[in-house]
Amino acid sequence: MQIDTAKILAQLRTWCTEFNAIHIDPLEKKWIAISLAVVGLFVAIITLDALFHGINPPSKVETIDSASLHLSTEFAEDKLGVQTDAQGVITVRMVAGRYSFFPKHITVPAETPLTFRWVSMDVLHGVHIPMTNMSTMIVPGYVAEITTTFPKPGEYPLLCNEYCGLGHNHMWSNISVIAKEDWQASVKSPAQGEQK
Amino acid sequence: MTTAATKKLALSHLWVAFAAFIVACFMGEYQVLERSGFISALDSAPVYFASVSTHGVLMAFVLTTFFIMGFGYYIATTTLKQPLWNLPLAWGGFWLALFGVVLAAVPLLTGKASVLYTFYPPIVAHAAFYIGATLLVVGSWVWCAIMLVMFSQWKKANPGQTVPLAMFATAANAMLWLWTSAGVALEVLFQLIPLSLGWIDTIDPGLARTLFAWTLHPIVYFWLIPAYTAFYVFVPKQAGGYLFSDEMARIAFIVLAVFALPIGFHHLYMDPEQAKGWKLLHGIGTFVVALPTLVTGFTVIASLEIAGRLRGGKGLFGWIGTLPWTNTMVLSVILALLMLIFGGFGGIVNASYAMNAMIHNTAWVPGHFHLIFGGTTIIMYFAIAYYLWPILSGKPLYSNEMALTQLWLWFIGMVILTTPWHVLGLLGQPRRISSVVYNNLLTLAWKPYELAMIFGGLVLLGSACLFIYNLVKTQLNPTAEALTEELEFAEPIHAVTALPEYLNSLTLWNKVIAVLMVISFGYPILQFFIMKTFGSSAWGY
Repeated sequence: MQIDTAKILAQLRTWCTEFNAIHIDPLEKKWIAISLAVVGLFVAIITLDALFHGINPPSKVETIDSASLHLSTEFAEDKLGVQTDAQGVITVRMVAGRYSFFPKHITVPAETPLTFRWVSMDVLHGVHIPMTNMSTMIVPGYVAEITTTFPKPGEYPLLCNEYCGLGHNHMWSNISVIAKEDWQASVKSPAQGEQK
Repeated sequence: MTTAATKKLALSHLWVAFAAFIVACFMGEYQVLERSGFISALDSAPVYFASVSTHGVLMAFVLTTFFIMGFGYYIATTTLKQPLWNLPLAWGGFWLALFGVVLAAVPLLTGKASVLYTFYPPIVAHAAFYIGATLLVVGSWVWCAIMLVMFSQWKKANPGQTVPLAMFATAANAMLWLWTSAGVALEVLFQLIPLSLGWIDTIDPGLARTLFAWTLHPIVYFWLIPAYTAFYVFVPKQAGGYLFSDEMARIAFIVLAVFALPIGFHHLYMDPEQAKGWKLLHGIGTFVVALPTLVTGFTVIASLEIAGRLRGGKGLFGWIGTLPWTNTMVLSVILALLMLIFGGFGGIVNASYAMNAMIHNTAWVPGHFHLIFGGTTIIMYFAIAYYLWPILSGKPLYSNEMALTQLWLWFIGMVILTTPWHVLGLLGQPRRISSVVYNNLLTLAWKPYELAMIFGGLVLLGSACLFIYNLVKTQLNPTAEALTEELEFAEPIHAVTALPEYLNSLTLWNKVIAVLMVISFGYPILQFFIMKTFGSSAWGY
């Protein structure tokens, strides 16, 4: 099929001419210009933050068999919780299942980048830690990965925020965020954080 | 050319819509009471989630779909001045949709479909729920077909003439709904019904969520377009003025219909099964679709200003006071715009990509959509009902005073209900919980807001009862002489001259939508068939 560029251009030109013939009040034209500017500003901020500051929602498209997590090398029971590798990078591996997050209590340092890796062993869940940016959906069949930093030490709840069954409101666990100095003092072995 | 038969058809649809509405209002008040935990005798997760599921289905699917169908039939026959195309088919659609509702209601009310109106696989409900919901949608497709046939028949019979604005909006909505419902139809027909009947063992919840996201944003505009139609075609006339711009209204409806569709991933911002580039693309589209609402706000307020000044209003704001505040349509539009401003602000937060993490799935979200759907959209459904009832039933409205009180109460109740709801979200309360049992100090801060919400819900329930009472009393009035009122449509202040064909037809826009949908949903759906995925087996709840 041959595309007739000249014809398409002529068509577009006709459409533009027709559009310019429409009566639009000058005041309304100004309003449309303001609206476009405001929307453009919002879009620009979001896009620049995403492209240059890496501010994105959790979006790692990674699949996993939710039915056999207990056999997996990464999410078997003894592999869960807070792990620090040789470079000091902290990864938190968590399993969501009706009706809790496992391990049920973890301790992490404040002011330190943490990479959470969440999986579901049954249905759809979601998790957020109030007053923080830690929020993600946990969809069975997928690993939800999110990297964030907690600015303030304290005791926080982890709350399930997606309907997962009649016990949905009972689905929560705890996280202790401790001061960075206390964390460095407490970590003797680089391989293992605290687990309760 | 609106015959008694068409009036009966429209009225039947509207009665089903509002019957669903009043039942769902009682459920809403029960839910806010149960969830607060103030009355321990009410505590029951199974009853709560059966109620939430039913409330969502009745409000979002039954009230809206039947209202839009009834309103559309009446708009088509009055604006095009031609009889309804295929009345028996229209009744067929009505009964099919109603049968679907009844079929879905049985499992919903018996706790066999407590999956919420958004389905949430791999949790699975009784198959009758999905089949009933499908029949409701198929019934609405009959309406779409009738609207589009009447639209094209009229255009063929009146070449070169401008399609009346109300019908243009209605036809655009029919096209929008056909595209919109395709996503959820694919999910239900190929995933949920086969899974619930045991024909397949597993499904991919990632694919299911992607298909549902296809539907989840434009469905909101399907509900909203009748409200915007009233803004443009009824409000200026009722206020005593003229429509500021007929052309901009058409442009607004087109941009709404086109850009409502390829942006559904703002519901999936926090999801792991879609990549960030697609989410950003849909996020930018979400901001584009704010434009027609900004234009609508301008045009409607400008039309109101014309009316206010014609009524003797002077000065910068003097025209506001001279508007006919005792006209139900005018009062409704003022209250609707107020709620739209606040709801729109919340919507910008939701739409803002990574910022969504702050409020995703918190109480903020139901607060937002109750304000903008339950507030802005539904108050215009009330206004349309008050306007249409005397015309459709041939009897004067039972009480205009009661109607005005009802509208004010709805606005006040909605403010009292949704303001604390938003705050609860910012305080970290998740949505969709049946009680607060987290052993955490944070929850103490939630209590006063939940108390306020109970009161807000009570005001709304009172308002809803007044609304239904007024309509029933109007309908049952035995002594009234037959009214022969007809709809009055607003005249534009500048007559429409030189309207390009592409602002008078949907053909081009249908193609644009197809291209945009392929771009924004093509690969994101295809990826599930390319990468290695693992299905989930069905779960109860």
